[in-house]
Amino acid sequence: MKTLITALPLAFAYLREKPLATMLNVLLLGLGVGTIIALALVLSQLEQRMDRDAAGIDVVIGAKGSPLQLVLSTVFHIDIPTGNIAVAEAANVIAEPVVKQAVPLALGDSYHTFRIVGTNPAYLELYGATLQSGRMWNAPLEAVVGADVARHIGLEPGKTFAGSHGLTETGGGHADHPYTVVGVMKPTGSVIDRLILTSVESIRRVHEHGEEPGKEITAYLIQYSTPLAAASFPRMVNARSGLQAAAPAMETARLFSLLGVGITALKGFAIIMMLCAALGIFVALMNALDERRADLALLRVLGGSPATVFLTIIAQGAALGLAGVILGTMIGHIGAEWMGSVLEKKHRMALTGLTLIFEELWVVAGAMSLAVLAGLFPAWRAYRTAVPELLSRN
Amino acid sequence: MVVDIRDLKAGYGAKTVVSLASLQIVRGEHTLLLGPSGCGKTTLLNVMAGVAAPLAGRVSIDGTALGELSVGARDRFRGKHIGLVMQRLHLISALTVQKNLRLAQRLADVAADDAGILRSLEKLGVAGKLHRYPRELSQGEAQRVAIARAVVNRPVLILADEPTSALDDANCLAAIDLLFAQALDYGATLIVATHDQRIKARFPRVIQLGMDP
Repeated sequence: MKTLITALPLAFAYLREKPLATMLNVLLLGLGVGTIIALALVLSQLEQRMDRDAAGIDVVIGAKGSPLQLVLSTVFHIDIPTGNIAVAEAANVIAEPVVKQAVPLALGDSYHTFRIVGTNPAYLELYGATLQSGRMWNAPLEAVVGADVARHIGLEPGKTFAGSHGLTETGGGHADHPYTVVGVMKPTGSVIDRLILTSVESIRRVHEHGEEPGKEITAYLIQYSTPLAAASFPRMVNARSGLQAAAPAMETARLFSLLGVGITALKGFAIIMMLCAALGIFVALMNALDERRADLALLRVLGGSPATVFLTIIAQGAALGLAGVILGTMIGHIGAEWMGSVLEKKHRMALTGLTLIFEELWVVAGAMSLAVLAGLFPAWRAYRTAVPELLSRN
Repeated sequence: MVVDIRDLKAGYGAKTVVSLASLQIVRGEHTLLLGPSGCGKTTLLNVMAGVAAPLAGRVSIDGTALGELSVGARDRFRGKHIGLVMQRLHLISALTVQKNLRLAQRLADVAADDAGILRSLEKLGVAGKLHRYPRELSQGEAQRVAIARAVVNRPVLILADEPTSALDDANCLAAIDLLFAQALDYGATLIVATHDQRIKARFPRVIQLGMDP
């Protein structure tokens, strides 16, 4: 312990003496650690959120097109729907005995980028959503809003609003069909928090332009009565000309495998940065070893043990590692918070940097180990060099 | 007896650089080891300091046989009982004067004593440089600080290796006077190894090493 108390202040003094090299090594390590932590934070939350949002939904039936798009638009509400399907055609499918429950979804409008979803009360049950204030809708053009919607745009029971056509703020308005808010839901931590829910009839009424009412709907969220249905039901649906079935679990897995290439490349880049930082630390310590041979000999001459010399070098690597890890953790969390705010603005999908995940521990441990390993060889060389040899070179 | 050397052979590898059948130096004695470069002066000092092990023979400092101590114990013994002044002063550039001296105390496992540090520096006339870094000192000031560091733990033996060879005549004698004064002050035995003939007359005892008279 006394050896450590002697070695640490000296190690810090050496690092302070070369501020530029110290800062660069810390910055490089920090950027590597930060990139990996930010990616890990965003991905873990995204995965968690998607798992939670898709829980209880076995398959989605919608218009033909990209199955991933269908799932993204109807389960996660972050893409444009593939189109609408005929209610009559869908009715045949959802009447199958393997279908335990079919929750209708009518999409197409939004308010301040929050999506307006025409559905029935079973949709709330899917997410275990309950009311915080007000009541459920029981007439057309009545709406219940999610907790995030209420928080962001201040909608509360009694207030009215008019939706815009489309899912962006640029769509034309439906001022002639204003909604009345009748309830606000409690926060659930799921997609429902950022939705405005109403009846399917409301959506149809807003979009009635002389068409035959009840003709089309966007999608049905299906729960099977038996897991065995997963093998045959989607194939049966996909065989019908106007419909497609997409399983959220499969599509999310596909999405992550698609994203995986980019994520792996980014992670690889971050790991290379960390390795470069470790190499930088190694080079800095080897140079320091050459420059400070006399100092190291002096430590021995003044009564220091070989362990003191060893610890003085290794402590510099560890201190650089610790500083890099602290900086990297800050960069990672700030980066994740920033990415979260971008995603929230674009997709109303709030992710946060103000959380800790277990994977961070591995990143931190890995970076610290790299920094200590980088110091190991110079420290060992210093430890092994005899004092007369060190003194004779100076 | 502060230094007691018997049947000593010292050198590098298998090569003997210096041989001494017997050498005894008593407490408070001031001794000069004189000889040309390469005659083994530094090797002998290193052996007396316990920095290098002898090839053969026995070295005792203040009654302690260095060869019987473990590496760690020898390091601690050196830190507490022996002060070294080297030709190149080897002050640690990253530390202030005060921290250089504090490091000497800490490495020798001596309790931190800032008052003692200040006293040492005051005696050498460099107390005002307490918080300066070595790069901010003149050569003379740096040498005084190096001497202060050698005596801060009140050693029984002060070993100085070529302390004057880089100095002009005036500074050469001043440096020797400082070492004498410090040794007297602390009641320490002083051994100076040098090839510098200018200081020969100052020492009551001169031991000639190598062939150069």
